[in-house]
Formats: sequence, structure tokens, C-alpha cells
Amino acid sequence: MTALPRAHAGHAGRVTRWLENERLLAAVLLAPTVLLLGLFIAYPFVMGVWLSLSSVSVGNVGEFVGLKNFVKAWNDSIFRTAFWNTSFYTFWATIFKLSLGMWLALLLNRSFRGKRIVRASMLLPFIVPTVLSTFAWRWMFDPTFSVLNWMLYQGGFITTKLPFLSDGTYGMWCAIVINTWRGMPFFAITLLAGLQTISTDLQEAASLDGANGWHRFWHVTWPLLKPVTVVVVVFSIIQTFSDFQLIYVLTGGGPANATHLLATYAYQIGIATGLLGEGAAISLFMLPVLFIVVWVQLRYLRRLEGA
Amino acid sequence: MYFYIPLTVFVIGTLFPFYWMLITAIRPDSELYRSWRAVNNAPFWTVHPTFEHFRDLFAKTSFPHWLWNTFFIACASTAISLFCGLLAGYALGRLRFPMAGTIGTSIFVTYLVPPTLLFIPLANIIRTFQLGDTPWALILTYPTFLIPFCTWLLMGYFKTIPKELEECARIDGATRFGAMLRIIFPIAVPGILSAGIFAFTLSWNEFIYALVFLSSPEKKTVPVGVVSELIRGDIYFWGQLMAGALLGSIPVAIVYSFFVEYYVTGLTGSVKG
Repeated sequence: MTALPRAHAGHAGRVTRWLENERLLAAVLLAPTVLLLGLFIAYPFVMGVWLSLSSVSVGNVGEFVGLKNFVKAWNDSIFRTAFWNTSFYTFWATIFKLSLGMWLALLLNRSFRGKRIVRASMLLPFIVPTVLSTFAWRWMFDPTFSVLNWMLYQGGFITTKLPFLSDGTYGMWCAIVINTWRGMPFFAITLLAGLQTISTDLQEAASLDGANGWHRFWHVTWPLLKPVTVVVVVFSIIQTFSDFQLIYVLTGGGPANATHLLATYAYQIGIATGLLGEGAAISLFMLPVLFIVVWVQLRYLRRLEGA
Repeated sequence: MYFYIPLTVFVIGTLFPFYWMLITAIRPDSELYRSWRAVNNAPFWTVHPTFEHFRDLFAKTSFPHWLWNTFFIACASTAISLFCGLLAGYALGRLRFPMAGTIGTSIFVTYLVPPTLLFIPLANIIRTFQLGDTPWALILTYPTFLIPFCTWLLMGYFKTIPKELEECARIDGATRFGAMLRIIFPIAVPGILSAGIFAFTLSWNEFIYALVFLSSPEKKTVPVGVVSELIRGDIYFWGQLMAGALLGSIPVAIVYSFFVEYYVTGLTGSVKG
């Protein structure tokens, strides 16, 4: 790490000797990553901020307009619906994913015959392309041929078809169901991994002390599982809040723009209509929420490391 | 009782949409489009299974191209991401240098940046670099969400390998770089495999970049092709759509089924770091 001996070293020899220097080696090893991330994350981010402050559209250079795009979005009723939908969707989908995922993790934490295959098949919704599985759901929610309507009708629960996707409120709930279906396995498997690190001795000690199932969960399992849960919830909130593909395929934001999320509305304005500036402004509205979530996570991780 | 009933409900709920995909894909049109109140309606199975939808998919659409494009793009971007992630993960996990903490944190933060935040400016950049409508647009942008994850996962892996291993090798005359290549990387193979499998499935499933950056029908990936090319006008050909959805899901499902354990390690490692 001090001065490098240079005499009599061939070209290759000189390179390897340079790389003995820890700092230089680190710089070389990090270069491709920093370059790619800088070019395709940092640069687009800066450009996104610039676009949002300008009137750029496809084929039009545009000019600086200050916060006009943000003000315009804020006064736009479709934008407000999209913002509300995004929050509603994230809130309920996360709650369902967490509670069902926790339940499933607790079920899978026991030993039973065929456990491996059940666990493996449970992850399937998470593995397959969301767009393709959402199509299957869309077909199940089809206005005319819905198999779910058929089942409910045969079961005697309904007498007329439910307007799954032709009504905004129903549409949002359908999207929440699909998002839960897709994301719940991620919760279950990560929480299961967390559960498996908890020693069974603790559980046994607690039950010897007379704690029932719920008490054991609440006072023994849950405190130990909390760190994993926080991280998983943060990941899930980010992904759900910025979701695009599910709504794009399921409803396309319709009927009458009632089910838009921020990302699908940004796509409609920025790409489909070509108003890059306004679209960039709409997608930047996601930033404060993401920022808070990431900040909470980083702080939490620091506190864990400090403890 | 409190165990098997909920578990069964979970299993059925999870797998039913896949069953429905399959049954729709092999059912003739005459059975598909029948009113849900019709008598003799038996929606859960079919008496006349047909491969007509699959045949149409291969003969009348660009589906084979889409499969190949998706495969090629997923492999190339996974390779790039593994290369970058391996080097960066090693540097962050095992070397001491100034700013290590800052760089580590910023890579973690980029991991949390969702693609939907950046697709509009990125579309602009892709256009200025003249990469639009080429596979390179995706091969170069997918690593932005794969590298942070690979780096994070492999960094954690490298940290668990004891320092003494390298020191021994260096006493025996190996260079720092040589020790990294020949001693540490081989030990990290399971970690590399986990990161690779996970990265492959993520790029196979990616949608919004592929939707925005590609426009020619034969250049699309499976998810985008199915969404934009199998619907003509307002008409949904559900048999064909479900056949496409099924075939587009099978490759990742196969990769996954061979490497379940690695995938689960990657998945759980991806959040724990």
C-alpha cells in the first residue's frame, strides 16, 4: 500500500502490482457498476427533474416553465384520483400481503408431508411474469364469461353479475386482490426464512410457562421477526406504490380514468400523449413517499447495527 | 383442522389462476365463449381439448421471436449484472477504502429506485443514444435494477468468508487480484448462482422498459408482445392469450423449479443484505 516498486516490471506485472493497492483495486472493481448506474440511474434522474420543470414534448425542445407542470397536475382531477388510488391500493394490498403472508409462513413453519412441494408451488405467482398472470385474472374477471361470477352464481351468493372491471371501485379491489395474490408469497417465504432462525427452545420455554398460541406469537415470535418484517414491508410498499403493469393490463386505467395509478397516468401523459415534461412531473410525485419509506428503512437498519 | 383447511385454501387460491390459464389454452373457442348461465356449462374442464391456440400462436404471430428476444436479453443483462455485481460486491465486502460506506449506501438506495420513476427521462436518453427499438436498450438498462441487488447479495456473501483464506494465499505469493479470482470467487459460486437465477427471472418479467423502448412487433419480449400484439382492435383472443401466457411463464418456472433453494436464498438475501 506504500510506494510501488517499478523497476524491471513488465506491463502485466505493473498492472497486478498496481492492483495490490487496496484503494486502486477497489476503484477498478467499482468502476463498471458506478458507470452503469451513473449513466442509467443518476443521469435519468437529473434529467427527469429537468424535464418536469420544462415544457418538453416529443419533437419539441420546450423551455423552462418552473413548477407549472406540478401545479397543473395538482389541479387535475384525474391526477388526484390516481394519487388517491395509489395510496389506497398500496395501503390495502400491503395489509393483506402482510397478514396473509404471515399466516402462510406460520403454517409452512410446521413439518408436514409434501412441505417442500407446497412451499415451491406457493412461490409460483411471484415467479411468473406479472403481466401474463394478470391476463389470466382479467379473463377470470371478464364481464361476460367470468368464472368467478359463475361460481358465485352457482353457489347462490349473487343473482346478477358483479361488474368486476366495469366499475372503478370494483376495479381497484380486483387490482388489490391480484396484487395480494402475487406479492403474498414473497412475504410468506421471507418471513418463513425469518421464522426458521428463531430457536424452538424459546417457543417450548414459553409454552412451559403456560403461554397459549397467540401469546407465544405475540410475545416471542413477533419481536424477533420484526426486523425482517420491516424490511419486507418497505420493499413491498415501494413496489406497490410504483406499480404499473398490473393496472396497465387489467383496466388500462379505465373505466373513465377511475383506476389510474401514478405510474399508469404518467405513462398515459408522458409516453402515450408525448408530453414528456408533464409525465415526468407526475411520476416525480412518487418521490416524497419513496423518500420517506427509504429514509425510515435506512434509519431502522442503522439502529439495528448500532444496537 | 386449523392447519389443513387454511393451507388447502392457500394452495387452491394460489394455483387456480394457473389451472385456469391451462384449461383456457386447450379449450376450443366454441366452448370458451358460452354464456355463464347456459345449461350444461362445465367451465372447469373440457371434453374437446385442442392445441389449435398453440398452433396459431406459433404460426400466425411472432411468438417464437418474442421467446428468443426475452431469453437473449435476460441472459445478456444477467451476465453484465453478475460481472459488475461480483466485482463491486467484492470491493465493498472485503476491501477497505475511503467512501466505502457512502458508495455502499448509494448502491442500496439505487436498488430502491423503481423503474416507473425513471422511464420517461430514460426513454429520452435511449432516443438520444439511438438505442431505441434495439435489444441493447434493454440489455443496458435492466442492469440498473439487477446490479444493486447482485452487489448487495454478493457483498453479504463475501463478508462471511474468513479473511484468513486470502491472507494464506497471499503469503504463498498470490497477488490480491489473483487471490480474489482463484480463492474467493470459487467459494462464492452458490451466491453467484442465487444472484444469477434471481436476476434472470427479474429480467424475464420486466415490462415497462420493454414496453416503452421497443416498437417493432418482432423485436418485442414475451410480456410486451402478448399484451400489445395478441389483442387485435378491441377483440381478445383468450385461447391464444392464455396459451401465450402459459408458454411465457414456463421457462422461468422451469429455471425456478431446478433451483428452488438458490432462488429462495436469493429472495431472502435480497432483502436482508
